[in-house]
Amino acid sequence: MPTFFERRQLVTPGDLIAEGEYIAGENAYKEDNKIYASRVGLVEYENKRVNVVALKAFYIPKVGDTVIGTVIEVGFNGWMVDIHSPYLAILRASDVLSRPFKPQRDDLSEVLNVGDLVIAKIVAYDRAHDPQLTVGEPGLGKITRGQVIKITPTKIPRLIGRKGSMISMIKQETGCHIIIGHNGIVLITGKRLEDEQLAMMAIHKIEEESHTTGLTDRIAQLIKKEKEKAKQKEEIKSEPKT
Amino acid sequence: MSQKLEKLIDKKGLRLDGRKLDELRSIKIEVGALSNADGSAYIQQGKNKILAAVYGPKELHPKHLALPDRMVLRCRYHMAPFSVQERKSPAPSRREIELSKVIREALEPSIFIEYYPRTSIDLFIEVLQADGGTRCASITAASLALADAGIPMRDLVASCAAGKVDDTIVLDLMDTEDKVGTADVPVALMPNLNAITLLQMDGILTLEEFEKAVNLALEGCRKIYTMQKETLKAKYIGVKEVEE
Amino acid sequence: MSSIVVRVKQKQIAQLIAKGKRLDGRGLTDYREIKVEQGVIERAEGSARVLLGMTEVMVGIKIEIGQPYPDTPNEGVLTVNAELVPLASPTFEPGPPDENSIELARVVDRGIRESKAIDLEKLCVEPGKKVFIVFVDVYVLNHDGNLIDASALAAIAALLNTKMFKYEIEEGEVKIKPGHTPLPIRKRPIAVTFAKISDKLVVDPWLEEEQIMDARLTMTTDDDGNICAIQKGGSGCFTQKQVLEAAKIAKEKAEEIRKKLKW
Repeated sequence: MPTFFERRQLVTPGDLIAEGEYIAGENAYKEDNKIYASRVGLVEYENKRVNVVALKAFYIPKVGDTVIGTVIEVGFNGWMVDIHSPYLAILRASDVLSRPFKPQRDDLSEVLNVGDLVIAKIVAYDRAHDPQLTVGEPGLGKITRGQVIKITPTKIPRLIGRKGSMISMIKQETGCHIIIGHNGIVLITGKRLEDEQLAMMAIHKIEEESHTTGLTDRIAQLIKKEKEKAKQKEEIKSEPKT
Repeated sequence: MSQKLEKLIDKKGLRLDGRKLDELRSIKIEVGALSNADGSAYIQQGKNKILAAVYGPKELHPKHLALPDRMVLRCRYHMAPFSVQERKSPAPSRREIELSKVIREALEPSIFIEYYPRTSIDLFIEVLQADGGTRCASITAASLALADAGIPMRDLVASCAAGKVDDTIVLDLMDTEDKVGTADVPVALMPNLNAITLLQMDGILTLEEFEKAVNLALEGCRKIYTMQKETLKAKYIGVKEVEE
Repeated sequence: MSSIVVRVKQKQIAQLIAKGKRLDGRGLTDYREIKVEQGVIERAEGSARVLLGMTEVMVGIKIEIGQPYPDTPNEGVLTVNAELVPLASPTFEPGPPDENSIELARVVDRGIRESKAIDLEKLCVEPGKKVFIVFVDVYVLNHDGNLIDASALAAIAALLNTKMFKYEIEEGEVKIKPGHTPLPIRKRPIAVTFAKISDKLVVDPWLEEEQIMDARLTMTTDDDGNICAIQKGGSGCFTQKQVLEAAKIAKEKAEEIRKKLKW
């Protein structure tokens, strides 16, 4: 049962990773008892499972995922939402209005219009049907303020960190509220624009260096340094007055 | 062929551009050459200059063209009006329509099209300069563009032609050899799976010559495959370095 | 027919082929019954009708005088066009040629052109100015699979049947004289198409085999047994061994089929 790549080694589609009694995990497939890579990524072994952590992938909906999307169409009885996936999502009017929907009376574009951002949860999805969304839970619904950035969905685990260590550190250090959509869209809301910008910079850094070790400490230091800099600037500005 | 051209292979067995019989032209590939596309690649093979871009997967519109059990791959191979000696009309020619089809069918076996039903991938190939063997170079670049877009694939597809020039079987024909030569056999291969995904031929070959040409072309595909992998990995080399 | 019936039948076809058998009783390398009729349209300079099982293709040849291509001033011009006529199948739609009819025309063209079947130099009237243009129009009348082989066969059958008008040049003008001469034909290219089903090669796929095939491979050979055109189609693949095996079978099959042509 040989393996041909070490853990965390870079593979491209078609690379033969292992042979024998292995199971093809994520971004890998099995043919004639051989495990091949199906995407560019880093090899991970998980007992008998061979995974490839993709360096580039797109979001495929999963029931229960929280996503952030843009309304692109107002229809007769609901909205079409672009969730940065091959599939467009549907948000039904009845879900938002929480009472029977009357086309004569209700103007859907007054509730949500084209271009609006929403945080929603996926309640239904299968191969034959587009994903369906709900906003009927606390914390979901229309986004009215904050900054939105996009990261590769495969890098979300790194942004969250072990037991949420990374994301809670960023929240604490920047004082921002951060929501990570499983589709790779991240919403940052802080008291000041400067705080939001600091959080955005940290997240971009994580995406760029997602495969390095000791990342949490480095990001923490980076934020502290930036905060120091900002402080000094303010002091310089305020000095002439005194 | 009324005008007699000078010999295409000299006494030393070298070709017009100094290549050996089984030698590829110089190849330069770049992955992620276009920022708007979900995946892209640029290839220079000899004087060929070709861009390939992938958009998708995305929901297919109009909806009636979507398939319930698989993704639809759409491919457009197109030559720029200035890509050849005499200006080519930008309207798609019959040749371009046929090549769009065979290129699509050469790449389709490499994609897990059953993973994402009702969606489509658009593949656009623009030949900016043509120097013989554009369909093969297009496939080589397009396969990288698909991988760059994060499309799940069985293998990369590498493509190369062999042909007959001056009664000799040679690899990777350039424009003059293609025009004066007496046969051309473009081949595409998924090297790790040993699967031929494109095979065409025009000209005249005996069965023995054909076998020789196919074998030579397959060898060329394997060499190109190595370059494809290196290029793709090089794009992420930063990842590897910081890891250590 | 409901799709469930089709599915069941398709599965059966694939399973039989895996065992080396076919639903219509043919062996894997057997053709359906081939009928060739030459000279069926009097108005055309040449014509033929080919029946390949229930697949039916007609080819008409028209000859006109026109200009040569600048790079071949001493040669006549060959033009092949294919029409998937709507009456031939519920899947054919009226309108401009789609990629399937263009591919069909180009594969037929490649076989004739690359085998140098027509002696195009003999079709030159005035070098660089006037040459004969040979229009080969492929007309698919009933689609029951393997249009390429039927069309290629009908095309060469029609070319063999083609008569050119006699002419003389008077003050730079071409004057048609009474009488005819046959079109100068040197080779008879024959296309042989394989479908890959259950990882086996089957010759001359009929429609329902085409619907389940992984890929298609057409090999055209000339009278000397040389290969002159190849086309792979469909979104599957072949092994090197299958390709070389196909070339050998194609040569043998073409020899058999060539006997059906009157020359």
